Amino acid sequence: MTEAAVTRSGQDAPRARPGRRFSWAWIGLLPFFVFSISFLIIPTFYLVIGSFQTTTGETTLQNYADLSDPQIVEAFRASIEISLITAVIGGIFGFLLAYAVIRGGLPGPLGAALMTFSGVASNFAGVPLALAFTFTLGRLGMLTIFLKSIGFDLNDTDFTIYSKLGLEIAYLYFQFPLMVLIMAPAIAGLKAEWREASENMGASTYQYWRYIALPILMPSLLGTMILLFGNAFGAQATAYQLTGELNIVTLLVSRQISGDVLNNVNLGYAVAMGMIAVMGVTILGYIWLQRRAARWQR
Amino acid sequence: MRRTRIAWWIIFVIGALYFFVPLVATFEFSLGHPWGPGGVQPSFDYYATVLSSPDFWGSLGYSFVIGIITIVVSISLLLPTAYWVRLKVPRARPVVEFITLLPFVIPPIILVFGLLQTFSRPPLPLTNTDFGSSVLLIAAYTVLSFPYMYRAIDTGLQATDIRSLTEAAQSLGAGWTRILVVVILPNVRVAILSGAFLTLAIVIGEFTIASFLARPAFGPYLSLLGNNAAYEPAAVTIISFGLTWLAMIMIAFIGRGGRTRVAVTGAR
Repeated sequence: MTEAAVTRSGQDAPRARPGRRFSWAWIGLLPFFVFSISFLIIPTFYLVIGSFQTTTGETTLQNYADLSDPQIVEAFRASIEISLITAVIGGIFGFLLAYAVIRGGLPGPLGAALMTFSGVASNFAGVPLALAFTFTLGRLGMLTIFLKSIGFDLNDTDFTIYSKLGLEIAYLYFQFPLMVLIMAPAIAGLKAEWREASENMGASTYQYWRYIALPILMPSLLGTMILLFGNAFGAQATAYQLTGELNIVTLLVSRQISGDVLNNVNLGYAVAMGMIAVMGVTILGYIWLQRRAARWQR
Repeated sequence: MRRTRIAWWIIFVIGALYFFVPLVATFEFSLGHPWGPGGVQPSFDYYATVLSSPDFWGSLGYSFVIGIITIVVSISLLLPTAYWVRLKVPRARPVVEFITLLPFVIPPIILVFGLLQTFSRPPLPLTNTDFGSSVLLIAAYTVLSFPYMYRAIDTGLQATDIRSLTEAAQSLGAGWTRILVVVILPNVRVAILSGAFLTLAIVIGEFTIASFLARPAFGPYLSLLGNNAAYEPAAVTIISFGLTWLAMIMIAFIGRGGRTRVAVTGAR
């Protein structure tokens, strides 16, 4: 093992040496770095480099200019729209749901049940989720049939589950449970003393929320919504199974991988870079808000 | 106070309906759609069809094995790394943490795009063989497990006095492998087990990477079935839901009182 070489130089008790020069102990991390470089860094860099090349291998920025192609712009716009809508709706509803069972005076077992359900629902995604919504709101779905029996025929309206709106309804199935799971500890961390203190000083419920609870919760609330955004933005399987040909960016990349629909492999790499850029900004926003949220979680 | 409590109840009921209606609808479909226009008798025939199908067992078995290997690879890669970072090279922490968070930034569809480009040609044309593609699949799933697995292990190590344990084990003559497996591993087993079940749940349902690597996995099987059959996919969806449920129950059971692990940007 690589660690063996280090033992000899380390002698007796192992202790981190804050030395300035290169430490041989880094070699112990070699397997991890080799693996990550092979299966994560190099494949990503392959796309990075390709995005700056023409099909004949010359360096160019043209691929990034070509991202202005209406089809590509629309794919990014639709993806961002779907992610934003499901993050905000899922975020608000998930927060209210978590608050309802933790502080809303509902019976305790409901809280435990909700947490279990949320754990399952947040992981129940992709192909089975898409199928479940087909069986619910598809042409012959149970809910469609039920609504028809009470005089509201979905098939007469413009709505189909195979549309953008349908996809958003399906995404919400894992979005709000995720919000519940992440927000529950933050809500439980709202100290009862804060509320009592504000009430003793004559604050109304509105004032308590406006000046105390919301400012404390806001960073984790927004941070989690940002995570939900990224979660929906990178999702591919649900959309593929439910809508097939919808023009969103993950499906555009899928079509590009299987058949070079953009007629330019390198443009495909630039689209991939665009996705990574959106995700990168998302995560930076999350990390920034997380730091702010951490202040209140001691 | 009473009025707000009614509002909380309404929100809870909406949430419960959102959760259960698609499940009930799927179950109803899996019984042959008895409430549909045909008015057939409900039956479990489609479950019988599915459970006697070699494709079902073949793909489920394949994904299960891939999941187990992924867990083993992920742990044997991340446990020594997290341990070594804490013990010997704390300066490496930012780099290691950055890498383990990268899968957040690189969605599965982009990861498999890059993997296909990199490994479909020399020097390492892994996608040319079934075995190579499976290796690639395991590698991709291991990468996907990095964010939550590393954090789980690292948090577990934080709660353990690994320095004293290491010194004690060394003074008794244990080597590094023995220290990791016999001394450190048992101390972080709760963290590792919940990470393992989460990995299993994710891998068994995963579609994107498996389908682009053309693997006979459970996700692509269900997807194909969904396009070609009417009621069997509903039965498999219910079974798949049951498996997810089982994994989550195991996590809740192992980590009683512990923190909930959440995987964001996984296989969706």
